[in-house]
Amino acid sequence: MSIPLAPPRARGLPALSRAGAMLLVLVGAAIMLAPFYFMFVFATHARAEIFQLPPPLVFGRTLLDNIGILEAHIPFWRNLGWSLYVGVMSTALTLLVASIGGYAFAMYEFRFKNALFALVLGMMMLPSFLSMIPTFLIMDALGWIDQPRALYVPSAANAFGVFLMRQFIATSIPREIVEAARMDGCGEFRIYRSIVLPLLGPPLGVLGLIAFIASWNNFIGPLVVLRSSAMYTLPLALRSMQNPVNAEWGALMAGAAIATLPLMVAFALASRRLISGLTAGAIK
Amino acid sequence: MRRPSAGFRLAARLRIASAPYLFLSPFLLLFAVFGLVPLAFSVAMACMRWDPVEGFGSMRFVGAENFAFTLGDPWFWKSLYNTLWLSLAAGVPQHVVAIPLAYFLHRALARTRNAIVAAYFLPYITSTVAIAILASALFSTDYGLVNDAVRSLAALPGLGSLLPAEGVDWLGSSRAVKPTVAIVVFWRYVGFNTVLYLAALQAIPREIYEASEIDGAGAWMRFRFITLPLLRPTMLFGVTLSVIGGLQLFEEPFILTPDGRGGPSHAAMTTAMYMYRTAFEFNDFGSASAISWLLFAVVGILVFVAYRWLRPRGAEA
Repeated sequence: MSIPLAPPRARGLPALSRAGAMLLVLVGAAIMLAPFYFMFVFATHARAEIFQLPPPLVFGRTLLDNIGILEAHIPFWRNLGWSLYVGVMSTALTLLVASIGGYAFAMYEFRFKNALFALVLGMMMLPSFLSMIPTFLIMDALGWIDQPRALYVPSAANAFGVFLMRQFIATSIPREIVEAARMDGCGEFRIYRSIVLPLLGPPLGVLGLIAFIASWNNFIGPLVVLRSSAMYTLPLALRSMQNPVNAEWGALMAGAAIATLPLMVAFALASRRLISGLTAGAIK
Repeated sequence: MRRPSAGFRLAARLRIASAPYLFLSPFLLLFAVFGLVPLAFSVAMACMRWDPVEGFGSMRFVGAENFAFTLGDPWFWKSLYNTLWLSLAAGVPQHVVAIPLAYFLHRALARTRNAIVAAYFLPYITSTVAIAILASALFSTDYGLVNDAVRSLAALPGLGSLLPAEGVDWLGSSRAVKPTVAIVVFWRYVGFNTVLYLAALQAIPREIYEASEIDGAGAWMRFRFITLPLLRPTMLFGVTLSVIGGLQLFEEPFILTPDGRGGPSHAAMTTAMYMYRTAFEFNDFGSASAISWLLFAVVGILVFVAYRWLRPRGAEA
């Protein structure tokens, strides 16, 4: 999918109703963004300030104090470190496995190819709750409970990633390049490694971002396989601080803001390609 | 030029024949161990009963007992009702808003379009925990920003009688907790659907509209009789995703209700949450697996209904 920049002619919508619709759309966009603004503002205020009337609308000065409260309640930097570590490992593994798997689907003819590809597509649509309990039992049997690899190893079985890479390779990499390299005596793996892989920058970038975001935001996975707070990833650690009666709202907001900031940076840098990657399954 | 020997060519052909299997093997291995085996295991477990403390040795086959137990369990039905309620209340407005929004973005905006699409899409990529923590603060009863806004609006003449004068206990009352969760889920996913529809609209050739304009069709007629029918395949896809996503709703209600059980009188306890409790609080993995397959059956039925309703109607109609 692409969002073309060429302006379509806006005939058909009368000026007045167009202005009204525009206003509605902008108010909607503000409602979409306002919570993020308040998250960052609240992150810099103490709990007592957040719940004043009216609430604070500009940045305050207690961000470092709030992070101090986080450190007192949870091993915050460790949790952040685990989130980063799992995210990087998951991304690296996913890119390796999906790019070479997608390449096989795109460039080779082999038995069971169509059946296997149909299986991959089918698994993309299967609800994840079906495997929640057996995954826990399998991790238990492997002795992987409370270990980061229980999160990043299964995440590399990314059917969507294989699908995305296959689509890109099949439509954008000419078979002639591969054939020519083969004529010159280049080995099959070297064709992939030295000729195809360097051309896969754009889809690898998008898939890498998607894989990292999925790992970074993952909540159910860690909830099921992680047990001790020293091993928690950031979302689970923040959840463990959530106390209905006396929650440290300033500190929680600071944690939530820190958990959100990398995503917003990634989104600011590559929003169009990220959006088209995430909705790629819809447009064949 | 030297011709390669027959043996060399055979070796090369063998290499080419085995290469795709080798290249796919890492994925297929992981896919089998962490994708297919859990599924098969889950089917088996749904027909077993055992004490997790004693290990798999105490496992015994009980046939459909777990399914019978779940079907007779009022909590299962309550959770299913909650799930369907939340799916409808959060899902239907997503499409009702996303289609006209995408249409407007497509027809009336040019340079600002990408920025607005990004604004609507941003909640979709944000961490659920961050969103839920933020929402808990915004929807807080006494000091939350949402109740502040409601109070200010209620002070206006005319509007006042329509709105509650007292703060609503958004997350602490069994009546309000479901709508609150639905609002958060709607906010999170409406941008995703907008992008789906926008992409579909951009694939419609402009000539179709131009021809109808010559024939004198107005803006509403064009939307109703050209755009909407052409969006059907996308609607089917989007509704299917909403059904699958809505029925496995877990994270938002789990985190928004601090007890993780759906708040007061479990009003927002979804089936996925009940499955989680059955497994990890009641240690009944057999019944939990049965719950997951019953929920899967409901997903299948609803996807089928959506297909019957929105299926492509082409030449034969």
